[in-house]
Amino acid sequence: MPADAIAAGTSVARRWPRIDNRLLPPLLITTILITAHLSFGILEGYSRTGIAIATAIVAELVLGRLAYGAWPHPASAYITGISVGILVRSPFLWPYALTSWISILTKYSLRYKGRHLWNPSNFGVSAMLLLAPDTVSLLSIQWGNAIAPMLVIWLLGSVIVWRVGRLHISATYAASFLLLGGVRAAITGVPWVTAVAPITGPMYQLFTFFMVTDPKTTVRSRRGQIVVVILVAVVEMILRLAHVIYAPFYALFLVGPVAMIIEDRRARRVRL
Amino acid sequence: MNSALRQRLIWLVSSLLLAASVAAIPALNARSASFAHVAATNRFGFRLVESAAAAHVQTQHEAPTFDERLAHIMPQIASTGASVAVADFDRDGWQDFYVTNSREQSLNHLYRNKGDGTFEDVAAALGVADVNQRDAGVSMGAVWGDYDNDGYDDLLLYRYGRPELFHNEQGRRFVSTGAHAGLPAHVNANSATWLDYDRDGRLDLFIAGYWREDIDLWALPDTRVMPESFEYANNGGRKYLLRNRGDGTFEDRTEAAGIRSRRWTLAVAAADLLGTGYPALFLANDYGVSELYVTRDGRTFTDVARESGVGVTPKSGMNASFGDVFNDGRLAIYKSNISEPGVLVQGNDLWVPKETGKGGEYENLASSLGVDLGGWSWSAQFGDLNNDGTQDLYLVNGYVSAGERSSYWYDFSVIAVGHSSIISDAANWPPMKGRSLSGYQRKRVWINDGAGRFTEVAQVVGATDAFDGRAAALADLRNTGALDVLVANQRGPLLLYRNEVDPARHWIELDLEGTTSNRSAIGARVELQWNGMKQLQEVTAASGFSAQNGRRLHFGLGAGSVDRAVIHWPSGQTQVIEKPAVNQLHHIREGATGLALAPGLADPAYAGAPAQPPTPAPGHRDINAR
Repeated sequence: MPADAIAAGTSVARRWPRIDNRLLPPLLITTILITAHLSFGILEGYSRTGIAIATAIVAELVLGRLAYGAWPHPASAYITGISVGILVRSPFLWPYALTSWISILTKYSLRYKGRHLWNPSNFGVSAMLLLAPDTVSLLSIQWGNAIAPMLVIWLLGSVIVWRVGRLHISATYAASFLLLGGVRAAITGVPWVTAVAPITGPMYQLFTFFMVTDPKTTVRSRRGQIVVVILVAVVEMILRLAHVIYAPFYALFLVGPVAMIIEDRRARRVRL
Repeated sequence: MNSALRQRLIWLVSSLLLAASVAAIPALNARSASFAHVAATNRFGFRLVESAAAAHVQTQHEAPTFDERLAHIMPQIASTGASVAVADFDRDGWQDFYVTNSREQSLNHLYRNKGDGTFEDVAAALGVADVNQRDAGVSMGAVWGDYDNDGYDDLLLYRYGRPELFHNEQGRRFVSTGAHAGLPAHVNANSATWLDYDRDGRLDLFIAGYWREDIDLWALPDTRVMPESFEYANNGGRKYLLRNRGDGTFEDRTEAAGIRSRRWTLAVAAADLLGTGYPALFLANDYGVSELYVTRDGRTFTDVARESGVGVTPKSGMNASFGDVFNDGRLAIYKSNISEPGVLVQGNDLWVPKETGKGGEYENLASSLGVDLGGWSWSAQFGDLNNDGTQDLYLVNGYVSAGERSSYWYDFSVIAVGHSSIISDAANWPPMKGRSLSGYQRKRVWINDGAGRFTEVAQVVGATDAFDGRAAALADLRNTGALDVLVANQRGPLLLYRNEVDPARHWIELDLEGTTSNRSAIGARVELQWNGMKQLQEVTAASGFSAQNGRRLHFGLGAGSVDRAVIHWPSGQTQVIEKPAVNQLHHIREGATGLALAPGLADPAYAGAPAQPPTPAPGHRDINAR
């Protein structure tokens, strides 16, 4: 999913130590998942996450092979699948498979100038939340009660995105969320710590490190990335003021493609 | 095919597939969440008619008002206390019920069944009405059990405050045992049950704390009293395993038994789930995983919830009830949780024992059987509502019904994900401001087809209320062989659904009385065999949430007749009743007639005639004779 981009391995990848940068996000997210499940039992069971991962990888391999004549690296699809497996909450099995399937399909269908428009799992999850509210919700709990696991994940996540050159995106988003949380607190009258409480939970950490940083679905310039991620936070704030529970996903869903289209048109104008 | 053409083709195919997949989401969602729409009521063989007023049962639950620092979220803090517990307290052959209220100075009700379809409130006359005061606390529930084996069910009242045991003086009045009984001085409890965990023939007590016991909800030390996590909280109330000494007093054996839980327990029920011969305790915990305490020696308990599978995924447990859903002699556990469309879909759990494996393991079949989505679910009871020979499921739901067009869910979702330092302080909880939180919900009545599928029929059969249900209890209140339904609603009326069942369907009811075992026969298991089928039921005290069903075991039979009933008493004795008559209530005393009780011994109370005066059971001392 998100880290698909990160996973895609980029020019800014640091060369320390000798691990394929494409494998870092999958390793991190897998470690987080296993640790969290063994410690806190965050998954309903391995089967659901397994179905999500398997569906994503098989879909990616088949479509990638058919489209490009070569087997695509499975890291991106793996992250899409595991993210779906973590984020989606449902007592049924089909949402896990269908979310992964739709997520991967978007990479091959919803494209603009050779790039896919939406972060795959952002699209899949948003579609499910909108169209299957009776049977699907998202992970919305904590990493246990201790502060340590949360800090470890923030630290590890930061190191990983720093290595792939996306730390500025995550940091800007987190800072924007905290600042705009103050605006929301002032408007609604709730305490600031309550307004920013979601950032202490795993859903936000996954969003911050793996979804909003996806290079395939963000603009190319560093400055542009910062502007876009601030816009995501602003739209999220507006949605939150309207009491939209899954505001960050919808904010990225709305802002991401628009930003890419604007960037492309500006680039074309410059070339002309 | 060149590369560009191939990519265009894949783009086209992918787009078509994407459109089809997205279009399929609403259909799959609707199918998964669908309620059965049926044309004919009689298809299910029964209907429910709300008849509380006609039965002269008119009571409205009122909630307490705690410390003003909780005022902004008071509807959540004061969200429990409506309960109902069934027993034939005066042994006249007609089942009565006790209803709790929770406002300070409000009155509880004891409805005596007059046998003519109406009830009279005798709580004040018998001394169990005026029990909600600021100093003693307010009622959260009650559970009946004959702790002194004198033949009359006694009443344990649990509160946010001091639990209190009322001795039943032969159905003529109730006398508080006061401090003499040795119950804890203060427990903020939402659940309790009777069980004979050491199988000594005397009922012991288990009381489960919810809030910490050192908290006075009317005078908080500070506002840091909330759960430290939405799903991993361990800062709730302690539990109390109180052993009956046999002299009218109880001793605290919790620590010695190895029970150290501080989870936020909302429901507890006991049954021999793992075939140890001893009752196991299942705790449905809010803000965390369930617990399953098993004893193999009647002294110490071990929590096997994680290895059994029932205590792995943390949810918001609110119900504990047992039922043989497949008619195969295995008790499944039903635990209710939260399902709010588009926000939080935990799904309820139906833990069914695995047929394979090393034993003692469960798998959650709630979604497979269609009993997973029940809204903000509370009490759920198994019972054969249509007498077709299978265990159906009646579920009540709804949390806070306030403003019909305003929802607190967004604010709730924000605080629920907060770190413990945020969520545990009530001052950080956004004010509710008259908004609803999963309010006005449709109830669920799931009919078991006996082939692994439940069909939801609440609206069709007449369970059409939308109050904030808490407790539900099933009992044959009219001695007609049909399970009527009592529903206690938070800040709402008590409902009595009269069950009108197709009279062509057979049934049998067993009223068990222990002699060597505890007199209430709590823990006795009956396996009924008929027409090549069998169904297991166990006599329990508490069941559901803040509820107690009628203690008589009710079996629907369809068109069948019974081959035999095999009774496994807590004492270890097994009693076999061959070919008992159908459409009758049988009163069966432990070991009274050797191996069998002839059909002619059907209880005369069934016809409404006065039962024989109770006599002390052999081997039981009347320790409370006055």
